[in-house]
Parts: sequence; C-alpha cells; structure tokens
Amino acid sequence: MVAIAVAGITTPLTFPLFPGFRRSSRSSQLRMSQKAGHGVITGKFELRPPPYPLDALEPHMSRSTFEYHWGKHHRAYVDNLNKQIAGTELTGKTLEDVIVATYNSGNLLPPFNNAAQVWNHDFFWESMKPGGGGKPSGEILDLINRDFGSFEEFAKEFKTAAATQFGSGWAWLVYKDKDKKLAVVQSPNAVNPLVLDQVPLLTVDVWEHAYYLDYQNRRPDYISIFMENLVSWDSVSSRLESAKAGAA
Amino acid sequence: MSLSSCGSSSICSLSSGILVANDPSSKLSKRRFTPSISQPGWKQRRDSSDNNRGVSKVFGYYGLKSPPYKLDALEPYMSQRTLEVHWGLHHRGYVEALNKQLEKNDSLYGCTMDELIKVLYNNGNPFPEFNDAAQVWNHDFFWESMQPGGGDMPTLGLLQQIEKDFGSFTNFKEKFTEAALTLFGSGWVWLVLKREAKCLAIIKTSNSINPLVWNDIPITSLDMWEHAYYLDYRNDKAKYVNTFMNHLVSWNAAAVRMVRAQAFVNLGEPKIPVA
Repeated sequence: MVAIAVAGITTPLTFPLFPGFRRSSRSSQLRMSQKAGHGVITGKFELRPPPYPLDALEPHMSRSTFEYHWGKHHRAYVDNLNKQIAGTELTGKTLEDVIVATYNSGNLLPPFNNAAQVWNHDFFWESMKPGGGGKPSGEILDLINRDFGSFEEFAKEFKTAAATQFGSGWAWLVYKDKDKKLAVVQSPNAVNPLVLDQVPLLTVDVWEHAYYLDYQNRRPDYISIFMENLVSWDSVSSRLESAKAGAA
Repeated sequence: MSLSSCGSSSICSLSSGILVANDPSSKLSKRRFTPSISQPGWKQRRDSSDNNRGVSKVFGYYGLKSPPYKLDALEPYMSQRTLEVHWGLHHRGYVEALNKQLEKNDSLYGCTMDELIKVLYNNGNPFPEFNDAAQVWNHDFFWESMQPGGGDMPTLGLLQQIEKDFGSFTNFKEKFTEAALTLFGSGWVWLVLKREAKCLAIIKTSNSINPLVWNDIPITSLDMWEHAYYLDYRNDKAKYVNTFMNHLVSWNAAAVRMVRAQAFVNLGEPKIPVA
C-alpha cells in the first residue's frame, strides 16, 4: 500500500480512514484506491457517502430523493467515469485534474461530464447539513455584506440564478481569487467554476432529478427551502478559509 | 425563409391564439421584432386607433392545448400523474410565461407558433422569449407524437423511407434509442425530414431547441427532460425510451406529418407500376 501525499487543509473527517486511502481538503481531493497484490495501480474513483445519513435532511430533502440522487445518479457517474478512464492516462490523476484536462478549454472530452458530475455531487452533499440554512456569521457574512450589499441581496441573487438556469445545471457562490471578491454564478449541465478558475464555496443542484420527487416543478420552493433549511455555512466558511490561504 | 412555407407548415402550429383586449396606453411604436421583408400573412392586429376603451389590461394570447387523449389514456406506460404534472404544470407554465413576456411587446401577436419560434430564435442569438415559446410548441408536438396503443411499426411510405434512410426499422429504433440515452442534460430527440438533404435523420437537441430553427420538418419527438420520465421511471432512462418506442409513439401522427412534409420536400418520383 502506498501512501498518497496530498496538499491542502483537511476538513473534518466524518468517516473512517482506510490504509492507503487518505482524504484531504476541498481543493485537492484524491480518492483513489489501489488493488494490492498485483503492483498495478487501478486509479478508480469511489462513491463517497454524504456526511450524514440519507434521511437526515427530511422533510426538506427526502430519504427517497437521496436513495436515487446519491444511490443511483451519483453512483452511475462514478461507475461510468471509471469505465471511461480505465487504461487511459487520466487514471492516476486527481479528480480536479481530470475535470480540468477533459474540459479542454470548452471543447469537452467524453469523460468530462461524468468527472465533473462526480465532483459536483460530492460538493453538493457537503454544501448541506441537517439543521442548516439561515444566515451565516463571521467572515463569510462580512464578505457577503461587502460584495452583495446585504445578506438578503445575496440570497435574492443566488435564488434567481438557481431559478433561471434553464434546463439542467447548478448555481454557485464562488470566490474569485483574482479580484478577491465573492460572486454568484450559474452553470449548465456539468460545468462548474473549477474550469473558470474560481473557487466554489456553495452550490445548489438544479437538475430536475435533484428536486422532482419532493417538489415536482416547484423549483423556486425547493431553492427557498434549501436556503432556509439546508445550507451548511460551516462548509462555506471553511472553504473560504482555504481559498484565502491560497491552498492549491 | 418565406412566409408561405411558415404558414403552410402550420400542421405543426398547434396552439390557438385568442385575441385579447387592447391596451390603449401600450407603446405600439416599439417594434423590436419588425419583420424585415413584407409578409402578407403577417397581420398587425394592434393599432392605436382601435377603440376598446375601458379595457386596461392585455392578457393571454396563446392557449394551452390539451393532449388528444385523456390524461390517463397512456397508462401504464405514462401515468396520469405524469400527464397532470407535465402537461398541467410544466406545459401550462410555459404558456403562461410566454404570454406574460409577450404582454410587454405586442408586435408578435398574430404569429403562428412556427413563425414565433423562428423569429425569436434570431438565427442562433435567441431572444429571452424563445425558451418559453419553443417549449410550448415542443410539448404540443410531443403529446401528439404519442397515442394510446402506440408503438409497433410504421407502414407504407413512411416505413419505406425509414428503411431507405436507416437500412431497417430495427436500425432506426436502435439509433433513436442511442441518441436518447446519450443526450446529456435536458433536451429532445427528433426524427426529422431534412429539407436540403431530402432524407430522414435523427437529431438530438438541448433544452428547448427544435428542428424548426433549421427549417427541417419534425416527424416525431421524445422528451428527454427529466420531468418527462422521473415520476414513472426515476433514473431508468432506458426503460422509458424503450417503453416509448414499444407502446407510446404514434406512427399514425408521424405518417400524417410525413405526408404533409412531402408537399414541401420532393422525395423522388413514386414508383407507379407500368401496366
């Protein structure tokens, strides 16, 4: 078993470590396992569970939604990604590297959709927590007030971005390293801010599969409930910290 | 694009317009969508000299058309609940959103849906109203692309054309299914008759785009937005697509569309046996 060195600040680990399998921070996550015994590195990505039980976000996001959204959709992205990269030079790379490489400056290579969706969903589960939502405090609130005027203005902009992303996609709160400012962005399908060189802090999934079982077509209700009850400002704050520390 | 072809291809223009009251205060001089060629069929119905005093508000122009069957008619392949939500909420929502947007600029009143979509598409630089308009049309077309007791196979001329352009019906079915399963994100899969190439083809489009914008003639379609199948099939897209092909697709509707398409696309001389 080979230890895999990683850079970055560790976020709180919520599940057991296995030998040879080390988690690290948001910005350089390496989730590869190696098959011992043959000396062959298979570089397979694994499906990580959300950092809470599947029914923990009831009634705002049902267990049934998680069983499909995580158990089927997210799992399929992982499985399909592994199939696509098997035997290519993409194995052995971190997930972020695979995403940037296959984004290919906008000329998407086949593994991009799966790779980005694996990452996006990991990030999404961790953007939520039981008893979440409401208003943050501390530095993130200061920056929100500075860059949006007020928390209410930010919430309005974020909700609008999420509601107006036509078709499938995501809405994000990002930290733009260049200007050192926060911003709200929306992205279609699997695209995420990593490819735009921005640091994602928070996301909401607005693919229909994310809310259809619980809200059918009522996307605005889903987004409001997400803001009021699900957002994990702890995650956002720790991501902001590592972004400002300039972690790779 | 000539208007006459627009008008005649109103086989596909399925939403009926209901004329509405005049708003005397509306600024009819702002014409964002002024047609650049004189189009005889393009009636400007609104005119500041119309005298509908006392009516202050413009309301809905395009109407929500019902599917040509009851909402439970496609059970068990597409549930009543799905139709209630998909048609009653999503499709209705698109119609209402479109009407709301058109309220602001009435120079588009008088268009058929086909014309509206082409104008709003603006050659690839769509106006904001495009998505709603296209989705209204797309859903009208989709309901009529299905029927209770659908599936099976096309016959006669349509079958011959499919065999000519795809080799066999089985091959067509495979290709159509493959297109549906490889479409990423939201969108539609279409069987179209291509005007220039004079042949059938399978096309997949994202979000609300439809083949009208390339002036091709749609023959049938399949909605691959998740809202179309999630209540009945969850993430099992393959089952949904196969069910559509085997039990829902209306080859009758497709045949009618094909026949009318042939008024515009010359597919060659018919083989009339010599006595």
